[in-house]
Amino acid sequence: MNLTLKIWRQKDAKSAGKMETYPISNVSPDSSFLEMLDLLNNELIDKGEDPVAFDHDCREGICGMCSLYINGEAHGPDRGVTTCQLHMRMFKDGDTIYIEPFRSKAFPVIKDLVVDRSSFDRIQHAGGFVSVNTSGNTQDANAIPVPKRDADKAFDAATCIGCGACVATCKNGSAMLYVSAKVSQFAYLPQGRVEATERVLNMVEQMDKEGFGNCTNTGACEVECPKGISLEFIAKMNKEYLKAATCAEK
Amino acid sequence: MSKGFSKTSVGRKVLMALSGFFLLIFLLQHFIINSLSVISPDGFNSTSHFMGTNPLIQYVMQPVLIFGVLFHLMMGINLELKNKQARPVKYAFNKPGENSSWMSRNMIITGIMVMLFLGLHFYDFWIPEIKTKFINGDMSGLNAEGGMRYFEELQHKFVNPIRVGIYCLAFVFLSLHLLHGFQSAFQSVGFRHNRYTPTIKKLGNLYAIIIPLGFIAIALFHFINSSH
Ligand code: HEM
Ligand code: SF4
Ligand code: FES
Repeated sequence: MNLTLKIWRQKDAKSAGKMETYPISNVSPDSSFLEMLDLLNNELIDKGEDPVAFDHDCREGICGMCSLYINGEAHGPDRGVTTCQLHMRMFKDGDTIYIEPFRSKAFPVIKDLVVDRSSFDRIQHAGGFVSVNTSGNTQDANAIPVPKRDADKAFDAATCIGCGACVATCKNGSAMLYVSAKVSQFAYLPQGRVEATERVLNMVEQMDKEGFGNCTNTGACEVECPKGISLEFIAKMNKEYLKAATCAEK
Repeated sequence: MSKGFSKTSVGRKVLMALSGFFLLIFLLQHFIINSLSVISPDGFNSTSHFMGTNPLIQYVMQPVLIFGVLFHLMMGINLELKNKQARPVKYAFNKPGENSSWMSRNMIITGIMVMLFLGLHFYDFWIPEIKTKFINGDMSGLNAEGGMRYFEELQHKFVNPIRVGIYCLAFVFLSLHLLHGFQSAFQSVGFRHNRYTPTIKKLGNLYAIIIPLGFIAIALFHFINSSH
């Protein structure tokens, strides 16, 4: 396949960036999107130019590192995939492909297509965990019965890989799908209920501090999420929040 | 309630939804009374007189309604501005239509169109009412001939075709607003259930189409009658 790539180039966090055009030829339709970028980078390096910086790690859809806003959609036109799982056969020979970084005030660009998603980590630190006593007497988790329905929901929420596609997609730059997945994952489990009140209050507070927008229920995040995290979890988080903010004894 | 509830993203969403629910109930009530003007002018007159003079409605419900509308408007604008700030650099190429509906993305536009109409509506109906009742002190609800005035006042508003056109257009925007807003409000307050949510969505679509269409039909009914 022969393609025209329009890629966001930005030297560093402080510099202004702009879209640059790169023609690329002989791309196999069976290659992944990241392999196509590797090909481009090899050519750029051969020519003595600066290769395009982009995030990646596992290249099998589990780490959430690969980002990219491709032709107007997070992770490109396919559904339920990350960019490393996106195949070039989703495009046609002769296509022009726009490649941009995830855009959000809370995800500043570091270089080219690489953005800083540590705002997600800080939200996790604010409450995305269950405190356990590590004295050596930790109770076996299986000793506490969990209804199958709740276990399934918790598991579904836990499949979020923290990629940030929801934020990148949302017209409001809202992180509610991500945060709701992290809140719900524990809220459905008895071990997580212990700290449920503080967790939802603290995680929402941190989310707001980071500068993410407000959800308006457009549902775009759910469509673009590579893991199919459902809007159901946003409703769950809103309910948990309402309960924590109005009923909790403090 | 914890301090800052109305300062957090989720808290604001909930308040937005509550004011939306309130407006949905108000609109239904307004629609039922307007329908009387088609079915029974006498019924319309007596109901309007009751609504316009009952102290509970005038001094409690009316201020609550005005507060509700202004709150919904200010909060809507506030959230929109905040959301714009959350993405300072726009995408060079974006395809929002691939993952969300036009209605869901343009609530502020449809909402502001409705607000512009409300301005006109207040000028048309509400200000003259307040003037008659509270400045001229005429609480009788009667016209110069001694009959009830409400029905004929209503008829007079639907004579000018431009007015009627604006009126109908405003309800198209309201319909678009509610096609997203109705079900969105349930999501915002955290009500989502595999059994009920599909019904809520259907009910929302029905409400968002039937009620505005009803208002339009009533306006056209009086307009057509007036041109005979
Ligand atoms: C005064 C003019 C209005 C403006 C500026 C306005 C603006 C907005 C905005 C910006 C939203 C937020 C969108 C979202 O979060 O999903 C919204 C939601 C909503 N509006 Fe309005 N609106 C107006 C009038 C109305 C009226 C007259 C009604 C009902 C009869 C209404 C019902 C709703 C509902 C039910 C929601 C959904 C709340 C939610 O998503 O939580 N609005 N409006
Ligand atoms: S909710 Fe989905 S899109 Fe958002 S961070 Fe998690 S996996 Fe990525
Ligand atoms: S590189 Fe790990 S999910 Fe794509």
